[in-house]
Amino acid sequence: MLDKLFKISPRAWRAWLSIQSRLNKGNSQPEKPQQKEKQTSIFTKRKRVFTLVFIVVATLYLVSSAAAEFNLIDGLESFPKAFIWITTYLVPDEKSLSNLPAILAKLSETVFVAIAVTVCAALCAFFFSLLGTTTTKTNPWLARMVRVVAAFFRNVPDVVWAMLLLFSFGQNVLTGFFALFFATFGLLTRTFIETIDEVSADCVEALNATGATTLQIVFQGIIPSVLSVIISWILYMIETNIRASTLIGILTATGIGYQFDMYYKMMNYASASLVVIAIVVVVIAIEITSTRIRKVIM
Amino acid sequence: MSDSATVAAPASPATLPAFPSAPPLTPQPDPETSSSSPDLEKHIDRSLRGKIKIGAKGLSGPVIKITALVLIGLTVYGFLTFDYKNIDFAQAVAKTFHNAQVMFGQPKLTYNSFLGLMHALFVSFALGALATFFGAIAGFIGALLCARNIANPLVGNVVRAFVAFIRAVPTVLWILIFSVAAGLGGVAAVVGLTFHSAGYLAKAYSESIEEMDSGVIEALKASGASYWQIVFQAILPASISYMTAWTFLRFEINFATAIAVGAAAGAGGIGFDLFMASAFYFDLSELGFITYVIVIAVVLLELAATKVKAKVR
Repeated sequence: MLDKLFKISPRAWRAWLSIQSRLNKGNSQPEKPQQKEKQTSIFTKRKRVFTLVFIVVATLYLVSSAAAEFNLIDGLESFPKAFIWITTYLVPDEKSLSNLPAILAKLSETVFVAIAVTVCAALCAFFFSLLGTTTTKTNPWLARMVRVVAAFFRNVPDVVWAMLLLFSFGQNVLTGFFALFFATFGLLTRTFIETIDEVSADCVEALNATGATTLQIVFQGIIPSVLSVIISWILYMIETNIRASTLIGILTATGIGYQFDMYYKMMNYASASLVVIAIVVVVIAIEITSTRIRKVIM
Repeated sequence: MSDSATVAAPASPATLPAFPSAPPLTPQPDPETSSSSPDLEKHIDRSLRGKIKIGAKGLSGPVIKITALVLIGLTVYGFLTFDYKNIDFAQAVAKTFHNAQVMFGQPKLTYNSFLGLMHALFVSFALGALATFFGAIAGFIGALLCARNIANPLVGNVVRAFVAFIRAVPTVLWILIFSVAAGLGGVAAVVGLTFHSAGYLAKAYSESIEEMDSGVIEALKASGASYWQIVFQAILPASISYMTAWTFLRFEINFATAIAVGAAAGAGGIGFDLFMASAFYFDLSELGFITYVIVIAVVLLELAATKVKAKVR
């Protein structure tokens, strides 16, 4: 496989060189003969780009498979095996139904955590993003600081927050709550800044021209124009956070994630399957509701 | 204008009281408008105090209000019903601040070597890349089968429901399920990550296919182009920039998820080191160092993705 790669690469190198030289030519002398050449070479150019992309992707694939100790045959083989395993073991039976109340209690806790986290994070992120947007013309240094802080919260994985909080909060609902809060807050702040810059720039300019105060601009201009986008994002994040809180639940031993992990490790696969089904039903129900709402408000 | 008004004002104090309809204090329908066109008044929406209501009519306003109120209500209800286990909140917050100070202030490696950490980081990157690769292929096929403008409606509905199911199951659970069949490690991690990526990308791709101009497909159909010609000559070129953007976004998500599941499902990569540093060694400085490595990697990845996306457009 590697041999093949080296065989192709000189061709790609030539292709790359020719693209480069043509680009340079185009910059230095954009004249008539140039255009003619461009017209004839559209298909060859496309072919070269495809070859180049193919080589990059193939290299990335080979290197990645080597690093992750992955091979396609094992991967494909695991499908029938997993399918058989799922259909034989991962099926709820009568005994597991007695665990249903416990599962539903944990699931409702997780859903409420996801909703509470998203709403709180969205409220904080909105007021924070008002400081970060350029439309309200607050201090530019403050705006930059806000963006850096948001980027920090967004890029630190929620797992890290969960681990950090696990030391101080222990196995508590609040561990997952704050871990998700920080991650959601970072993401939503950036999104809201972009939304405010994009959606309400015109109306803020108009309000500025009429001599409105900053508070008036915020409440009469920005909030009405971005509210539907914000609600739409909140609905999306609730869905995401339910899934994320499953993962964090496994790490911090709380909520529905822990419930699944417990059954899974006890090899009580029938009950574990009930957990999966319950999560799927809730997530799909939320997705359908939010799609309906989004259709009306957007 | 204003000049003439100020000049006229002192000249006409005598006529002022005689002026029949002095403007009333409470806002009322403008007499001029209502007298000249009484029909117009029917179409003007006024509040109780007579102010003309402005803003878009329709369901959107009330639905936004109701949704916001319901969400806030659920949040309050959630806070009231959570089982806090009598935690000492102030103490926990203080401890968190102290821990965060140690973590972000004094990052230090003790249990991992820097090279080992780089290798683990690359493993996470590889897991994310492979999952994105397979997810993109499966997602593209799924999108062709369920995009409303090119797919068979019946097949489309079935595929859409299937994709929704796949997306609804959290990634960790896919990995845990597959690790029973394939054993813990790279294979289970990649397959598990692929499931959610494929579901996500199928939806994203099909939406970008649906956005495309229907005339192009019709024209190609009329000229007798085959299905695959339509796919590769019309659909792919028209939506390639959206698709690359979505694929890179998914790659960023997959990288983050690969780190997270490394911690939760023992799938390897830097996430596992993260998990060991905190849950086994209880070493905050180590946790801080690994966090910095991850943050730098994520930022670099984002920058690279932005550059490639700009090229494709």
